[in-house]
Amino acid sequence: MKCTFVVYRFDPAVDKEPRYQEYTVEAEPTDKILDCLNKIRWDQDPTLSYRYSCAHGICGSDALMINGRIELACQKLVRDFKTANNFVIEPLPLFRVIKDLIVDMEPFFEKHRQVRPYLISDEAPPETERLQDAANQGSFEPALRCILCGSCTASCPISRTNENYLGPAALLRAFRYLADSRDTDTVSRLAQLNNEDGAWGCKTMWWCTDVCPKDIPITKSIGQIKRLIKEEEKKKTAGS
Amino acid sequence: MNHQFDVVIVGAGLAGLRAAIELGENASVAVLSKVFATRSHSGAAQGGIGAALGNEEEDNWEWHMFDTVKGSDYLGDQDAIEILAQDAPRTIYELEHLGVPFNRTPEGKIAQRAFGGHTRNFGEAPVKRACYAADRTGRVILDTLWENCLQRGIRFFDEFQLMSLIIHDGQCCGLIAYELATGKLHTLQSKAVLLATGGYGKVFKTTSNAFASTGDGLAIAFRAGAPLEDMEFVQFHPTGIYKLGILISEAARGEGGILRNNEGERFMERYAPVIKDLAPRDMVSRCILEEIRAGRGIDGKDYVHLDLTHLGKEVLDTKLAEISGFARTYAGVDPVQEPIPVQPTCHYMMGGIATDADGRVITDSENTPFPGLYAAGECACVSVHGANRLGCNSLLDILVFGRRAGKEMHRFISTVGSINLPPSPEKVVADQITALLQSNGKENVGSIRAEMQEVMMDKVSVFRHKEGLEEALGKVRELKGRYRQISVQDKGNCFNRELLDAIELGYMLDLAEVIALGALSREESRGAHSREDFPNRDDEKWLVHTMFRHSTDEGPQVFFKPVTITRFEPKERKY
Repeated sequence: MKCTFVVYRFDPAVDKEPRYQEYTVEAEPTDKILDCLNKIRWDQDPTLSYRYSCAHGICGSDALMINGRIELACQKLVRDFKTANNFVIEPLPLFRVIKDLIVDMEPFFEKHRQVRPYLISDEAPPETERLQDAANQGSFEPALRCILCGSCTASCPISRTNENYLGPAALLRAFRYLADSRDTDTVSRLAQLNNEDGAWGCKTMWWCTDVCPKDIPITKSIGQIKRLIKEEEKKKTAGS
Repeated sequence: MNHQFDVVIVGAGLAGLRAAIELGENASVAVLSKVFATRSHSGAAQGGIGAALGNEEEDNWEWHMFDTVKGSDYLGDQDAIEILAQDAPRTIYELEHLGVPFNRTPEGKIAQRAFGGHTRNFGEAPVKRACYAADRTGRVILDTLWENCLQRGIRFFDEFQLMSLIIHDGQCCGLIAYELATGKLHTLQSKAVLLATGGYGKVFKTTSNAFASTGDGLAIAFRAGAPLEDMEFVQFHPTGIYKLGILISEAARGEGGILRNNEGERFMERYAPVIKDLAPRDMVSRCILEEIRAGRGIDGKDYVHLDLTHLGKEVLDTKLAEISGFARTYAGVDPVQEPIPVQPTCHYMMGGIATDADGRVITDSENTPFPGLYAAGECACVSVHGANRLGCNSLLDILVFGRRAGKEMHRFISTVGSINLPPSPEKVVADQITALLQSNGKENVGSIRAEMQEVMMDKVSVFRHKEGLEEALGKVRELKGRYRQISVQDKGNCFNRELLDAIELGYMLDLAEVIALGALSREESRGAHSREDFPNRDDEKWLVHTMFRHSTDEGPQVFFKPVTITRFEPKERKY
């Protein structure tokens, strides 16, 4: 069947302003949106640029806007949309557009690095594995689904108004290490997040959770960080 | 632009990152990747990583070694397999110490589950050997290693395409890379280069592999004089989603999933009475196609059913969540209620750049090293997988040998003085790009690629025979001729994907030729290489590694290298 794709185009070498270009694609209902973009690029217009790799929702390359909503192009099929086979494809919001659907993700990864995204432990590991309660591992298991696609942070209204806000993806990663019983850096991690650029920047608007292609309860995870901060403050008050 | 490092690593999957961590505090290291590091295809690995920890039931590394040897159909080098199996438990503990969030047993140890071809006591029954994090094991290991690299301050060149190796006086002393965002060429000078560029499943039409899996590192090393080994051995994973090839992990059968034909029969009971659905991949893929040929495909079509309905929602939601999502999204099937339609999909390349067990690229059958050039991971052939890789041995391979390559490069760089580059090393690459951009040839990259993938799938996949292979080889050579007439319409220098597609296609055509040539040469059936005109294994003539050397004028030249056999003499392979 015929599908119409209106695609955001911007080539910094040629265009002063972004423009929209229309393509007609012959597609099956089971085709991924990524398949349709590939058909445009391979058969009609090789100059169209976008990122992609695994094509089944695990590498996190191809988050973009489909009909005004943030999605992974490889995880949505033509049949998933009730828009009479009309599609508008745009780059992720929030980030600077480099070319067409490709955005500059460096600020996103900079926030990721800021939360010290690695296990910090002041205990020397044993010869074999450290023991960990299965329930503890399970408590942050949803956070492990994150593929760093940037959808949540791109959707976040706070990230748009405060450029220093860590944003949902980085906070989720912070939560993953805070919740991990093997990590002993809890106090300084919580101190880093105890401000408006950290966990308190989140105003519980649920956009991140709503757009997450891996169904991660991001807002709840940030809520857990807030709870841990409060518990830590109580401990301090009780101790003083 | 020029950069200098002690070591440059190409590829940011697990092999590359593990090597980088090994070197990070002792050397200046750069990791170059054509996709952003966390997009690397190691992240798509699902089911687990094998090690005889014995956390769930009795196990030992010698059983693991035996299973790997037998799984390889005796073509794997047993000295290397011994290293793999013996070093596996240490590798897992090391990952745990780095922070990998494995699933846990009720006692808090690393949880393990069954996987194809892994058995207790030399083949008696399946054993729980695969350590896992739900069905996203590769994803969490990739994230953890990448984040450890960030902690160590390792320099990443993300979205840089490897274009060529710089070889001077027989020594590899760096590489030329193309920056996707600007179209600029960069010269990275180094004492050692590690190729960790992964697989090349995109040579075939139906594959579980990513678009980036085009074998760039292999083709570039091959052209630079490094031999390729055992390239005819291509693994087709039994359970790709019908028509799409998206992987449904072997863990699904490890957790109790069953393959059924159109009569609802558990057909693997007939082919592998002891371990049934957990037989090795080469065998299960052949059995599925035999069932289809006998008219027992579902609805007379070329697929069978993978039945997980009896596992229950809880197991599917907690241990097989990703693949359950794939089934719902792409096949429109809820695995809690209905079986998943599956067929074999090109998944893994046993062959690769010939190396020794320390990641050194070798140049001949006497293991003479190629100074300064290293390879690890799927792009390399050590060989631990021989003619067929067992599930959950791939993550293990790339971590064990990634680390060993890192150690060996550390030793090597201390022996190298200053490096002299040849004059204008980037000129050949610059000329190649200019020629592509200025060409007004009539041929189209997309159609040549589609024809290559089609003929490789039809003639060089699970079942092969002489006429088909000759046809495929002829076709690939014809396509190589047409490739010289391609043109690129996008003349830009910012994320010019068309230019990269063209370059990658050149690499894939080289590899397709070698795969077809190897399959045609090897007149026997062994592991994943199944010749209908030579249905038996022939140890007298073919218990050897096939080696391929590049020759511009005469095409790839075949020679052989003996297989190392230490503990286990070749026997008939029954399960």
